[in-house]
Amino acid sequence: MSMTEPTSDGRFGQFGGRFLPEALVPACLELEAAFRSAWADPAFRSELDALLRNYAGRPSPLTEAANLSERLGVRVLLKRDELNHTGSHKINNVLGQALLARRMGKRRLVAETGAGQHGVATATAAALFGFECVIYMGEVDVERQSHNVFRMNLLGAEVRPVASGARTLKDAVNEALREWVASVSTTHFCLGSVMGPHPYPWMVRELQRVIGDEARRQCAELLGGDVPDVVVACVGGGSNAAGIFAGFVDTSARLVGVQPAGGAAIGRGLPGVVHGSKSMLLQDEHGQVSEAHSISAGLDYPGVGPEHAHLAAGGRAEYPSVVDAEVLEAFQLLSRSEGIIPALEPAHALAWVVREAGRAIPSGSTVVVNLCGRGDKDVAQVMAHLGLRP
Amino acid sequence: MIALEPHLRERRDGGAKLLVPYVTGGLTEDWVDILHAVVAAGADAVEVGIPFSDPVMDGPTIQEASVRALGRGTTPGSILAELARCQVDVPVVVMTYYNLAFRMGDLRFARSLAAAGVSGAILPDLPLEESADWERESAAAGVASVLLAAPVTPDDRLACIAERARGFVYGVSRMGVTGERTSVAASAGVLAKRLKATTDKPVLIGFGISTPEQAVEVCHEADGVIVASALLRAVLDGEGPEGAAAFVARLRRALDGG
Repeated sequence: MSMTEPTSDGRFGQFGGRFLPEALVPACLELEAAFRSAWADPAFRSELDALLRNYAGRPSPLTEAANLSERLGVRVLLKRDELNHTGSHKINNVLGQALLARRMGKRRLVAETGAGQHGVATATAAALFGFECVIYMGEVDVERQSHNVFRMNLLGAEVRPVASGARTLKDAVNEALREWVASVSTTHFCLGSVMGPHPYPWMVRELQRVIGDEARRQCAELLGGDVPDVVVACVGGGSNAAGIFAGFVDTSARLVGVQPAGGAAIGRGLPGVVHGSKSMLLQDEHGQVSEAHSISAGLDYPGVGPEHAHLAAGGRAEYPSVVDAEVLEAFQLLSRSEGIIPALEPAHALAWVVREAGRAIPSGSTVVVNLCGRGDKDVAQVMAHLGLRP
Repeated sequence: MIALEPHLRERRDGGAKLLVPYVTGGLTEDWVDILHAVVAAGADAVEVGIPFSDPVMDGPTIQEASVRALGRGTTPGSILAELARCQVDVPVVVMTYYNLAFRMGDLRFARSLAAAGVSGAILPDLPLEESADWERESAAAGVASVLLAAPVTPDDRLACIAERARGFVYGVSRMGVTGERTSVAASAGVLAKRLKATTDKPVLIGFGISTPEQAVEVCHEADGVIVASALLRAVLDGEGPEGAAAFVARLRRALDGG
C-alpha cells in the first residue's frame, strides 16, 4: 500500500468521501482545486518552505534517546516536532492552510480545537497573516486547557466555548461546521487533522508529510542508509501519524498508530459517517456517535482519519491502544530519562513503546517515535492526576 | 404510503401553497398526537426528524429537541414503530443524518421506512456526489429521495439536483443552520425562483421560516414552506398538540390568503 492521492471522490479504499451539506460542497470543490494548484506551484511551495524554516523552526531534530534506549533495550529515536514554534506539529498544517486561504482571497479562519494546540497554531498563523480568527473549543477542554485559551486570546483569536454534547472535540467540530455554513464566502475552515470531507484528509496529510520526509532523511543519515524497524505516533484524528507514516509507507518499517483506549475508533469502532467522511467510528448499534474518553484532550475524538482506517484495513499500519495510567507513566519516564516533557498525546506513542519493548518490539529494534507536542500545557492536569495539587 | 410527489403536485396544481411542518420523532410522550394535530390543522405533508447525536445542519432549537428525544430513549426503530402504528392522512417524510441509514444499511433503512408508511426521506449530509447508492435503494423501496439545494449551488448542480430529486426539491433558504429568524433572507426568494425556472417538481423552502408573514413572503416564489424550529420551540416551551395545531392553523390561514 502507499499513501498517494485519494480517488476523485476523495476515497482511500472504502473510506473518505465528502459527506456534507450541499451548502458546503462548492467550498470544498473550490478548496480542492486551490490546493491542487498551489501544491503544484513552486512559488507556493517555496514560500511555505521558507515559513517552515524561518518561522516554525524546521527541520526538527531527530534525537537519540540514549537513556531511554538503554532502559528499554530498543533504540529509541525521537522526532522532535515539539520543538516547532507553538510547541507541536500543528503549525506545519496551519501555515500551509493560511497561505492557501490568502491565495483564495479569504481573510478569516475558523477552527476546532481539542487540547488547544491546533487552536493556538491557527491563532498564530492568523496573527502572522493579519487574519481574523475564531476557535471553537468544548467547555470541558476550555477548563482543562485554560492556559492554551489564554494563549489564543493573546494571539488575537476569539475562543468560543461549545456547550453541546460532551463539550469536547467532537462538539467543537460540529459547531465549527455550523459556523462555516454561514460564513463560507469569507472564511476558510482551518481543519486541524486528517479528517473531515475531501480534500482535508489528503491536504492535511500532505502538509504534515514534512515530518516523515525529514525523518526519513535523518534516519538514513543516522542509520547508514537504513530505515527504522518501527515508526510510532499517537492517533486521535491522526495528523501527526499521517505525516510521519507518509515518509515511511514505502519502506519495510512497521507503522504503528497508538490510540487512547477510550477513543480507539480502529478496533472498537465500526464504519460510520460523521464530520464529512466515512471512517471507523465509535457509535452505538443505531449509529449514534459515542463519546470518547481520554486523559488527552487532543485525542478525545470518537472517529479517526479515513486514510488510517484504510491503512488498518489493508494491514499496512497497526493501531493498538494504551490506557491513561500507561500514558502518565510514560509522560514521567521521558521527562526523567531524557529531560523532555512530552505532551500527553505523544506520551501515548511512548507508552506503547515502553509496554511493548522486548515483546511486540523485539529487543535491539530501532524505533522512531513522533514526539509531536510538548507537555507544558499538560503539567497542571498531570499534577492533578498524580494527586499533587499545587 | 401516499406517493409524495403526485400528492404535492395535485395540491399545488389545485392552487394551494404547500405547508410542511416538522416534528422531532420521540420528542415528547405525545409526539404522535402533535403529528396528527398539525395534519388536522392543514399540513400538506409532515416531516418527522429522526434525532442524531451530531446534527451539524441544525441550530439550537432542533439540537435541543434532538437531545431531549434521544434522552427519552428514542431510536430510529422506536420512531418507525410508532409511525407504523398510526394512520397519517398526508405523506410522512423523515429527515435524519446519513449515519443512521448507513448503520442499518441503505436498503434495509429504505425498506423499514416504506414498511412504516413513510413516503420520503431527507438526508442533508448526503450531497449529489455521495447519494447515488441511496437514491437507487430508496427508489427500489418506493421511498422518495428528497434532495437539497443551497443558495451557493451553481446552476449546473442545481439542474442536476432538481433532476435527481424525488418527491420535491428542498431549497435551503439561507447559508446557515436551521433555527428561528426574525426575517427571511433575500437568498430564499432568489433560490426558489432559480429552482422554479429549472424544474416542474414541487419546490419547498425551509430553514428559518418562523411566522405566517414569512411563509407568505417565501411563497411568492416557492410552492411551499417547511416550518421546523419555530414549531418545535413552542413544543419545547410546553405547547401540546393543541398549541402546535393553533400555530400551524395560523400558517395555513396566511398561506390560503386569509
